Amino acid sequence: MILDIQTWVHVAAFVGAGLSIGLGATGAAVGEGYTAAKANFAISRKPEMAGDIFKTMLVGQAVAESASIFALVIAMILLFTEFSADSCIIIPVLLASGLCMGFGAIGSGIGAGYPAGAACEGMARQPAMSGRLTTNMLIGSAVCQTTSIYALVTSLILIYLDFSVRPLSPTWAAVMGAGFASGIGAIGSGIGEGLVAESACAGIARQPSTAAPVTNMMLLGQAVTETTAIYGLLVSFIMMFKVFPASDSIASSMALLGAGLCMGIGALGPGIGEGITARGAVKWIARNESSSASTIRVMLVGQAVSESTGIYALVISLVLIFVI
Amino acid sequence: MAIEGVEIIKAAAYLGAGLAMGLGAIGPGVGEGMAAAKACEAIGKNPAEAGLLTRTMLVGQAVTESTGIYALVIALLLLFVV
Repeated sequence: MILDIQTWVHVAAFVGAGLSIGLGATGAAVGEGYTAAKANFAISRKPEMAGDIFKTMLVGQAVAESASIFALVIAMILLFTEFSADSCIIIPVLLASGLCMGFGAIGSGIGAGYPAGAACEGMARQPAMSGRLTTNMLIGSAVCQTTSIYALVTSLILIYLDFSVRPLSPTWAAVMGAGFASGIGAIGSGIGEGLVAESACAGIARQPSTAAPVTNMMLLGQAVTETTAIYGLLVSFIMMFKVFPASDSIASSMALLGAGLCMGIGALGPGIGEGITARGAVKWIARNESSSASTIRVMLVGQAVSESTGIYALVISLVLIFVI
Repeated sequence: MAIEGVEIIKAAAYLGAGLAMGLGAIGPGVGEGMAAAKACEAIGKNPAEAGLLTRTMLVGQAVTESTGIYALVIALLLLFVV
């Protein structure tokens, strides 16, 4: 039995589509479940607010859902586009595209569930702040979505950029690496930003007078948390747009694959860790606003130290791309 | 295309370096974040001790960082020495 390239292109597109929506659905499902659980707690605490809490729950879940809708879009494109079979390079490209979007949707889905849950709880605690809580929830979960948008952008570039003129080896490793860097790299920041937004919603419900500084602090914390996902995007752009010279050596392919995995996995820990730091800081801005200057300072120093391992991963992956 | 043993060792070293640094960055990243979170909370509770708390946080994070530096050292050894 001899399978031609066209058959393998179909196989890659279908496997990529399955991985995209299969992995991409997990995050949103976890996040939305968390929101629903918190909404149930909130309604049992204050049944007369049931209508408003229910509405906020649905809005929050809709935002969390968007990450998995991106994954669905990529899966549909992979399923229903007729890809040309001029070159074997399209096979790893389609696989990488599906993997990238699948991994990339996990973090945003889980992350966006946290602020929605906290907003529902907050409305039961402080009904007068419902509007402010919903606004803060929407801002916080919108920032969470950015990391899955990075993965979406990478996936779409992989699908629509023409790689057929590039040499198969090591370009196959470069595109797979680009998918891993941007996809896995998006998970940590997505979850971390969700944790920050959760404690911001909880803080506004606890101390409504601190709503403005809490939202500002949330955005500052989320911005720093975002950096590791941006490193992942940067490395994946380098690997997609740099033309690597043809090489039969398996070592140069493995160096590029290693670079992508290094940056992707290396961004997980700092992303989550910086989110945990900012969650603690935001929590205490709401409780003790007077010491906010020293809290912000310690948060930034702590996040910078937590960032360092992400920077090590960036350095190693750039060495693997440019020096080796 | 014949693949030689030396090639395979190089390939494994490069992939291993990437995995070592990638996986090695997870633990310190999360752990240092937790240390910093508790420091922020402690400063909120007792702002007068901000200096002492920051110092303690940094020492604790430096110790946590050590495993990340081990991963970096191993990755660099795999890249340039092996």
